[in-house]
Amino acid sequence: MIEVRNLTKRFGEHLAVDNLSFTVEKGQIYGFLGPNGAGKSTTMNMMTGYLGATSGQVVINGHDILEEPEEAKACIGFLPEMPPLYTDMTVLEYLKFAAEVKKIPREKRWDAIEESMERTGLLDVAERVIKNLSKGYRQRVGLAQALLGMPPIIILDEPTVGLDPKQIIEIRDLIKGLGREHTVILSSHILTEISAVCDHILIISHGKLVASDTAENLANRAKHTHTLHLVVKGELENIRAVLEEDSELEQVSLDPGEEEGTVNLQLASRHEEDIRERAFYFFARHQCPILGMSQEKVSLEELFLELTGEEEKKDAGSV
Amino acid sequence: MLAVFKREFRSYFTSVTGYLFMAVMLFFVGLYFTGYNLSGSYYASFSYPLYSVNLIIMFAVPILTMRSLAEDRKSRTDQLLLTSPISVSRIVLGKYLAMAAVYALVCVICALGPLVISQYGTVNLKTDYSMLLAFFLSGCAYLAIGLWISSLTESPVLACVGTFGILLILYMISDISSILPIDALASALSSLSIRDRLQSFAYNLLDIPSLFYFLSIAGFFVFLSIQSVNKRRWH
Repeated sequence: MIEVRNLTKRFGEHLAVDNLSFTVEKGQIYGFLGPNGAGKSTTMNMMTGYLGATSGQVVINGHDILEEPEEAKACIGFLPEMPPLYTDMTVLEYLKFAAEVKKIPREKRWDAIEESMERTGLLDVAERVIKNLSKGYRQRVGLAQALLGMPPIIILDEPTVGLDPKQIIEIRDLIKGLGREHTVILSSHILTEISAVCDHILIISHGKLVASDTAENLANRAKHTHTLHLVVKGELENIRAVLEEDSELEQVSLDPGEEEGTVNLQLASRHEEDIRERAFYFFARHQCPILGMSQEKVSLEELFLELTGEEEKKDAGSV
Repeated sequence: MLAVFKREFRSYFTSVTGYLFMAVMLFFVGLYFTGYNLSGSYYASFSYPLYSVNLIIMFAVPILTMRSLAEDRKSRTDQLLLTSPISVSRIVLGKYLAMAAVYALVCVICALGPLVISQYGTVNLKTDYSMLLAFFLSGCAYLAIGLWISSLTESPVLACVGTFGILLILYMISDISSILPIDALASALSSLSIRDRLQSFAYNLLDIPSLFYFLSIAGFFVFLSIQSVNKRRWH
């Protein structure tokens, strides 16, 4: 459906998107996740033909976005980061204009406009001038524009920015509904939003794809990397020396505990396995009673931070 | 293209710019018309007021052109246009033709001038209407220059100042060429002058090459504007 191959974008010296490749399948909801400035918007702008890529290729339904732009663009509805609104027009005039430039046939135009206004809850403000609408409504007008004619691919750049919680839920439901018949790609820097609606998550950091998997698999992956929090009786130096004996247990942190003669210890497994039992027998053998033990499951959120944070470290190292 | 044309044309009249442009142009045409034809010297030719208004166009054209492409870029509405299945040349052409249409409205109203004069004396209608045609096409050339300047920047104000500057230089070209010491250079420069060419129309000449000259300036700068919008995607 959409193929992105080795997409790269440079703005002068700055590498905004770095050799990005992925494929988007039909009838699924894809989430672009990444911190601000990760290259999400730039990628979307290149996929929709607004920006030209420095190198690489975007193919939409078999049409290269640069070689056959009109065929490719006809398959896409796009809501950019800032809704592209002519603020001196009324909502209806604007959508009519958008339908015309999108080349929706005259006889289907009104139905298309009505359908997308209904879906985005704009029927009440149809005659209002866009200039006088609130930010939430403007965002909806932008969304209505993207949905016009129900194109097979819908690309939404931060669709819920500026909306109140009730509207966010409405828009999410709307997007979920779209996912049944359309391919939807949406971007966000908010993880809960992505994990709430998306089937497939693409995590982008510093212009690179750092993870691409289904939401379930990513969540499973997150559960496997866990950290053990321990409170152990003993002296700090002792524990440190003892820990070096077992190469399987990785020491994450070691601090003096709140009580006298105890230490707070964080352990991680070097391999992805449960180390609770191992830790219990290990400390028992060394005569260091474990006073408390808890296991922290890494959430998707932390996995996200880990994945995107690692990149930063690497980058800092190379500079 | 028709959609872009209609939207642009309407937007000139939902904002003040279209009215302002027409008001400025028609006020000065009317002023010179009254001065030359209806009183004072009673010239029986509408070409004089049209020729004189050529100076005013310099101020009026930027009003119309400054926002054409710059505003789209500033408000990001270009994202709607450039991601729609419509080619860049059609977008730019639609915008250009909308400006030309506003200007054509002015010319249509001006077309009444010779008819008014003919009520009171004999008018060489052929001269006057060929002058009006030249007046329209030279204006289209100015508009294309303004469109191009507007495609280079995000700021309508900058586009306005830039367009005014270029049109001013174009207006002064014949004065500059007359003081140049090298004859060949001087005549080459003066042949670029739109003002000189318009003057020959006022003297009863239907100068076909000049009409082509106006048209090719218009075509050239519309082409440059399309290239400039296309090129911007790669930066």
